[in-house]
Amino acid sequence: MPYTDPPILSVYPSRALVDEAFKVLVENLPPGCPVTVHSLHLSEDDNYWEAYGHYISDHRGSVSVSEDVSFGGTYTGKEPMGLLWSLRPVPGSRQGLRLRKMNVCTPMLVNISVHCGHLVEAFRDQTPLASVLTERWYMAPGVKRIDIRERGMRGTLFIPPGPGPFPGLLDLWGGGGGLLEHRAALLASHGFVSLALEYLTSGEIPTARLDYNYFEKAFNIIQDHPLVTPDRVGIFGLSLGSFVTFNLAAKSTIINPRCCVCISGFHCHPYRSMGEMIQTNLNKLHVDENNYQIWRDMSLPIPSDISKKVDMGKIKCPLLLVCGHDDQSYPAVELAEDIAQMVHAAGKDHLLTKVFYHGTGHMIEPPYSPHFRATTFMAKTKPKVILLWGGQTKPHSDAQEDSWKKILAFLQHHLYSTPNPRAKM
Amino acid sequence: MDKKKHCVKLSVQPSRALMDEKFIVLVQNAPPGFQMTIHSLHHSEDGHSWEAFGHYTADATGTVNVSQDHSVGGTYSGVEPMGLLWSLRPVPGSKPHLRFRKMNVQTPMEVTISVYQGHQTVFVDQVQLASVLVERWYMAPGVRRIPVTESNLTATLFLPPGPGPFPGVLDLWGGGGQLVEYRSALLASHGFASLALDYLTPKITLKTGKMVENDYFETAYKFLQQHPQVSGSRIAMMGLSFGTTMTLKMAVYSEVMKLSCAVCISGSHIQPVNATVEEIFIMFDTKSEKTRISEENEVIWHDVVLPVPTDPGMKADVGRLQCPLLLIVGEDDQNWAAPESAQDIKEMMEQAGNSHLLTLLSYANTGHLIEPPYTPHTRASRFKPVGSNELLVVLWGGETVAHSRAQEDAWRKTLAFLRENLYSRKNSAVTFTSHL
Repeated sequence: MPYTDPPILSVYPSRALVDEAFKVLVENLPPGCPVTVHSLHLSEDDNYWEAYGHYISDHRGSVSVSEDVSFGGTYTGKEPMGLLWSLRPVPGSRQGLRLRKMNVCTPMLVNISVHCGHLVEAFRDQTPLASVLTERWYMAPGVKRIDIRERGMRGTLFIPPGPGPFPGLLDLWGGGGGLLEHRAALLASHGFVSLALEYLTSGEIPTARLDYNYFEKAFNIIQDHPLVTPDRVGIFGLSLGSFVTFNLAAKSTIINPRCCVCISGFHCHPYRSMGEMIQTNLNKLHVDENNYQIWRDMSLPIPSDISKKVDMGKIKCPLLLVCGHDDQSYPAVELAEDIAQMVHAAGKDHLLTKVFYHGTGHMIEPPYSPHFRATTFMAKTKPKVILLWGGQTKPHSDAQEDSWKKILAFLQHHLYSTPNPRAKM
Repeated sequence: MDKKKHCVKLSVQPSRALMDEKFIVLVQNAPPGFQMTIHSLHHSEDGHSWEAFGHYTADATGTVNVSQDHSVGGTYSGVEPMGLLWSLRPVPGSKPHLRFRKMNVQTPMEVTISVYQGHQTVFVDQVQLASVLVERWYMAPGVRRIPVTESNLTATLFLPPGPGPFPGVLDLWGGGGQLVEYRSALLASHGFASLALDYLTPKITLKTGKMVENDYFETAYKFLQQHPQVSGSRIAMMGLSFGTTMTLKMAVYSEVMKLSCAVCISGSHIQPVNATVEEIFIMFDTKSEKTRISEENEVIWHDVVLPVPTDPGMKADVGRLQCPLLLIVGEDDQNWAAPESAQDIKEMMEQAGNSHLLTLLSYANTGHLIEPPYTPHTRASRFKPVGSNELLVVLWGGETVAHSRAQEDAWRKTLAFLRENLYSRKNSAVTFTSHL
């Protein structure tokens, strides 16, 4: 049903960092009019992702996504950012897709549109009433990106604008390998010189022994940078990256991180590789009804033998642990509690902060990143492996938003603020 | 000093914004009571440097929030969230009489915001404590810029993103000529298909030596009207300075143009009726004996159209207007007798019985160049009117603080006026300007 008066759709701000909220407003509709507000994104690997909410305009003909309730769609309720975090592959897409921006120098482009009525499908076959484009950036203006290929290292350094000096962060991803820049770019946009480090080739089952000299050298590269304050460098890890971080924090005699953030980590990995872990525990490797692999039980029970774990009582710096109760690849909460016991036994409670989230899985990413409950992992294996990460979209997205705020506050406090940091926030 | 240097954290949100959007400048982690200067720097397209600064003192938490705290000195004072932009002025040592104008609207205006220790006024050899880069855009993402050369037009069309159709705006600047795009780009970022039209120095005039006639404007109007993404029945016309003269001429007399509304900034209705564009343009030139020169050798053209004629053959007959008219004038306009003309327009419309169509915004201490918000105010600048070889220094007028407030207010009201007349559904109040 065409309207003679077109609605006015706006997104403010139209250009923003990926962790900034926006306001989506539709005006000039007929009063009491049912509409669908829809978001569409074409990823770098050519897949379409979409989200949508069902709204009803008020007496002035307005719909405010920040203030109004969505009655249906990929999210319901009052969800200002639902159009981003509930993005999912359009019907007909391949299974196990993950949305990741690899080129962080350009923004993620999202098309927001408003359609007549409460639609559930075939959005791209209909001309919307209005549509606008919004840019979501990982890099703030003035952030510099520098390829690092020195001392045998492969990574990318992101430097905030300004004279510095700045605190630094070593940014470590997980067993999927490759060079993921998006979090380091975002951290630099918040004032931290950040080095995204590649330590495993992507797509292969990690068989290489983790060589801690490599990480210590990378840490030194950050410290040596003229724009970095050498005694204010921390480490940020996720999954296998957290395991590396625990080792460095507890055992390294060469580096002294100022503080560490570990998401979905494990401190128990008495194997030479992921492959060996799987082989040793095949009987505990389950699959769900979709044949997605659940790795969680392979890490249980947590050994009491300290020689099989990183001795977390030896950490010397503040540590923030972020985990999801519904992590299906690792029993992250149980592992974090085990860490807490070891830290407590060493009389170092003041160094540890744990934050656990219900309904949250393993892949805790920056805010508004679409949640994926299961994705392809180690894509080069045949047959393809799809791993269940866990989490339900709404609580997982809330956890991403909340944990990021806490992480930034923790980093700000320990790396920017007082010379005598406290662990508890 | 090193500890302080390390602590200070500066952020501007949003770091990328449209030219008419506000930002919040926040300094954190300074020592409590720390005196600092917050400074902005911009390198313009024509190679000049502009700066602004405010003097602040951090509170007990070591924070300064420019949107909430007082500047006690600098290029602006008091609580001025956007003072770092509108009070920008050429750095010491610059050539005099510069004007800020962005001609390439496809790239953002880049502004470096920095923090210095203490209350500084000279920045050349100072060390910054922190610094960030801010982008200010005329074009929202998805706005399309389309050069238009058909039918001998020299114009640029800016289309909002989306399927449309959109209401249209025909956008005219003044006696300096050229194709000036930034206001149209910004209008498209707010949902209007806007055509920036060069009508004094279009290619056809440069080629033939002849100025355009009424039909040039009508061709531009028809171009908009027939465009598949423009609502042919919702077209407005907007003009500044001499652009107002043309807008009123068309709004009142054109039989082709059926405007939904008109916006006239810093101009007048004074013009010989039934004259060609050229005749009107020359008319202003020949009255040069009414030109005054200020003590600083600036040209004041304010009196040229005065006194307001009583002869109806010398003014556009605004009593015949059938569409709403928004008149915006600065009471300190030294270039054009806009306030006096506005008064006369009001009286003519009251007598004719169509004054319900008129909205008059008259701003005290405001000059001629009423630009989009946060555009640095220029009281006098070098100007070469079309057809002249002389580069003069022209006095525009206005006092910076009042003029900047007027720009902000006038723009908000202009957008509301355009929305009201070009978008509005009956019985709805369209008021989305909360963040401007």
